[in-house]
Amino acid sequence: MDREFVCIVCPRGCQLKVDSAMNVTGNFCPRGKAYAISELTNPTRMVTSSIRVNNRDDLLVSVKTSNAVPKEQINEVMSIINSLSVSAPCHVGQVVKKNILNLNIDIVITKEIE
Amino acid sequence: MERIDLVVIGGGSAGMAAAIEAHNRGVKNVLILEKDGNLGGILNQCIHNGFGLTEFKEELTGPEYLQRFVDQVKELHIPYELNAYVSSIDRNKVVTYSSKKKGLVKVQAKAIIIATGCYERNAGAIQIPGDRCAGIITAGTAQKYLNIHGYLCGKRIVILGSGDIGLIMARRLTLEGAKVICVSEIMPYSNGLNRNIAQCLNDFNIPLYLSRSVSNVKSKDGRLCKVTLSQVDEKFQFIKGTEMEIECDTLILSVGLIPYISLLEYIDCPTSTTKGAIVDQYLQTDIEGIFTCGNCLHVHDVVDFVTNEGREAGRGAALYIQGDKLNNKSILVKPGEGVNYVVPQKIALPINDDISFKFRVKKPIKDVNIVVKNGDNLISKIVKPVLIPSEMVMINVKKEKLMDNPQDITIYLENRNNG
Repeated sequence: MDREFVCIVCPRGCQLKVDSAMNVTGNFCPRGKAYAISELTNPTRMVTSSIRVNNRDDLLVSVKTSNAVPKEQINEVMSIINSLSVSAPCHVGQVVKKNILNLNIDIVITKEIE
Repeated sequence: MERIDLVVIGGGSAGMAAAIEAHNRGVKNVLILEKDGNLGGILNQCIHNGFGLTEFKEELTGPEYLQRFVDQVKELHIPYELNAYVSSIDRNKVVTYSSKKKGLVKVQAKAIIIATGCYERNAGAIQIPGDRCAGIITAGTAQKYLNIHGYLCGKRIVILGSGDIGLIMARRLTLEGAKVICVSEIMPYSNGLNRNIAQCLNDFNIPLYLSRSVSNVKSKDGRLCKVTLSQVDEKFQFIKGTEMEIECDTLILSVGLIPYISLLEYIDCPTSTTKGAIVDQYLQTDIEGIFTCGNCLHVHDVVDFVTNEGREAGRGAALYIQGDKLNNKSILVKPGEGVNYVVPQKIALPINDDISFKFRVKKPIKDVNIVVKNGDNLISKIVKPVLIPSEMVMINVKKEKLMDNPQDITIYLENRNNG
């Protein structure tokens, strides 16, 4: 059976079509094809959030997963993120938690706080 | 009074790109004035990813994207001042601003680039019927509370308007433990990008109601407690008998963005239907030496295009400062059938470069040609399978096609089924 869904790789938002033999059509670029196959076999999403900065009042710093995590584990990832905090200064790319849920994925800071 | 070649008002994506471009073109005496405590503008609170695909060929979060430009500003030693609020500019390009360090300051600029972004339409702007109570806030405000300060604005939430910030906030609030009950959109189609409907609503089973809007809000003890959503007809009038009552504590509004141009309004700078200034291909306004770019010119959906537009303004300002007379005579650019607006709205002559036109369509439309005409002469026809209002369209026209006998330019849509 053909499956149809919107590609979320970029703002273009291509309408993808995948047939039962996993042939992808409707994609503008190769990333769309890869996304379509991943979406049907192991759907993943990047998770972004923010965590508390210990030594600053009323301020959070933004974080992301270093790679996309399996969709059904997003809530677990959010609980881990919500337990984290960091002290300033902190930098883009700084790892705050390594290898979450044994996914080989880290929680990484995405903002500079001086 | 201190003399500065180029004052850039606004240190967000557009302003930083403009300042960097002007610097790289030899204008070293630049000053960026930013009212907030950080450079980067609205991207500071846009912590989700998806930025930078055009600019850097990778997917970045908002803060990561802005940091790349902050790094460049610092490496190039481009002067900037934070917590500096510009209260006025005049036609002679005197900029007055309040500085945390120096008090009230006046500087004389040779050129000014206005890159002040946009603001959100709020409850007053859309005249929501019912009680006036706490619990009704704009999506951008909810985003700032949550992402910068760590406050969740409510627990049971209805979102009105399907603009991108509303969709992004639906996901974000859900991940932080709030219940987003639904998103309601008055138009018969969504105003957000398709990918955001997919990854922000569908992923979390949040329903999107089209042709439906808020017909009443009720409060208890000063806080919102109930929202009524009703279906609307083609004229956006509520249809009796279609009411849906939803108990909630927060109504988030994502109902449109408007260019923030009060500085230009004070000096009577002519504006267009975008609610931004009228500009030529150098992004110069009708007032000589005053340029504008980014969301205060017209609201964008992709930051990479804002950056690019900032560069165009930086280039225009650099040419002007270095002595090019940019606006002698000009021709008009007019939106035709199906087109809401076109930027630039005029073209200064002579035409020395290829020109990129940016526009939005009035409503979603399939199988059309985008037609560009110079007077009555066809200069470009582009086939498009689908166009939607939430996606800005950009087309480039070669200068050779415009240079001979330039007349007023029209851009319109032509239905392909009717030949």
